[in-house]
Amino acid sequence: MSASRMIACHECDLLHRTRPLPVGTQARCTRCGAVLYSHRRNSLDRTLALNIAGLILFALANSFPFLAMKLEGQSQQIVLLTGIRELYRQGLTEMAFLVLLTTIIAPLVQLTGLLYVLLPLRLDRVPPAVWRVFRWVRRLQPWSMLEVFMLGILVALVKLAKMAEVVPGISLFCFFGLIYVLAAISASLDPQRVWEKWWEHR
Amino acid sequence: MVGTPLTPSTTTAKNTALVSCHSCHLLCRPRASSNSRRIQCPRCGAPLHQRKPRSVTRTWALLGAAAICYVPANVLPATRAISFGNVQTDTIMSGVLYFINTGMWPIALVIFVASICVPLLKLSILSFLLISVHRHSAWRPRERTRFYRLTEAVGRWSMVDIYVITISVALVRLGSVAVFEAGPGIVFFGAVVVLTMLAAMSFDPRLIWDNKESRNDRTENRTTLD
Repeated sequence: MSASRMIACHECDLLHRTRPLPVGTQARCTRCGAVLYSHRRNSLDRTLALNIAGLILFALANSFPFLAMKLEGQSQQIVLLTGIRELYRQGLTEMAFLVLLTTIIAPLVQLTGLLYVLLPLRLDRVPPAVWRVFRWVRRLQPWSMLEVFMLGILVALVKLAKMAEVVPGISLFCFFGLIYVLAAISASLDPQRVWEKWWEHR
Repeated sequence: MVGTPLTPSTTTAKNTALVSCHSCHLLCRPRASSNSRRIQCPRCGAPLHQRKPRSVTRTWALLGAAAICYVPANVLPATRAISFGNVQTDTIMSGVLYFINTGMWPIALVIFVASICVPLLKLSILSFLLISVHRHSAWRPRERTRFYRLTEAVGRWSMVDIYVITISVALVRLGSVAVFEAGPGIVFFGAVVVLTMLAAMSFDPRLIWDNKESRNDRTENRTTLD
């Protein structure tokens, strides 16, 4: 049923005959310039290593306070979930859910899902329903917005620094690390390679 | 990372009755006998479609909803700050003006670009793309595809204001001294962000190129007739 060794551009539908690429290069559509596929160095190993680092940083970032504010002798420490809980308490359930989805659920599903897919594939095994899990990992990716959240933290820091003393907490640094790791994961993950590998081992 | 030249063919998957999977990009040839409803990709199990289903209608609907929500998002108060007895309600735009007046213009710039410019840019680019698809325009498909990529890339940054408010709400809970509350404006603003993201996802950039091909076919037919 499949026409192998051919690929259609996902942005303009032009057919191309595929061929192996040198390491570290990518193939672009000759008509619209979209990236068709790429050959990344040790894609599976690198992504897996980054993924484990990401899970550790995620756990740290969510268990320690990430900002504290001092005003008039009172001190207030917050973890990430505080803001979400506060929005929920103020009756803005939709907003609370949106922030929860984009800063906690989507990154967490992405990291655990990728681990579930990559670790067995690395050991030449195929976990059950791997295709469904990987498809969801890819689908949720646009909703994982930690890098935007980081910019939000910076803006809030500058803004609130005028009102009171704001002290960065330990998990803020874990957040910085996590954003770097997530960017590195999307730069090293080669989805085409994952699909092919699972197709071979099926 | 250099683009390696490939051997392109002169035709598209659609013209050769092939279907490229939206999710894993496997090129499939659906059997002619099989019912056209609910064909699945043999590799990843995603439903196969030649083009995203009812792409233009869906994108218009989501875009219309986003445009409607854009009005209350900018008119209704987004935040309410109570400190030392003073109550200050701000819409998104008056928040930007407040930052300019207090000399924090880098923040004003970030919020203005992310909350006012980006949603407007997305609404206008997607409307422009939809109209050009409606009119079977063959004008600069490559540039139009680039515009589409731009809307996909910048959309997420609109969330900045929502995060700033979430963090402010969490930090400023110092009881009688200061209270910071989120207002209904920010709910509509969140709806704008989500709806425009869904609209960008439901638009199929291949429609831009389909027009070009049908134009080419028509002109070729005309020349053979001449």
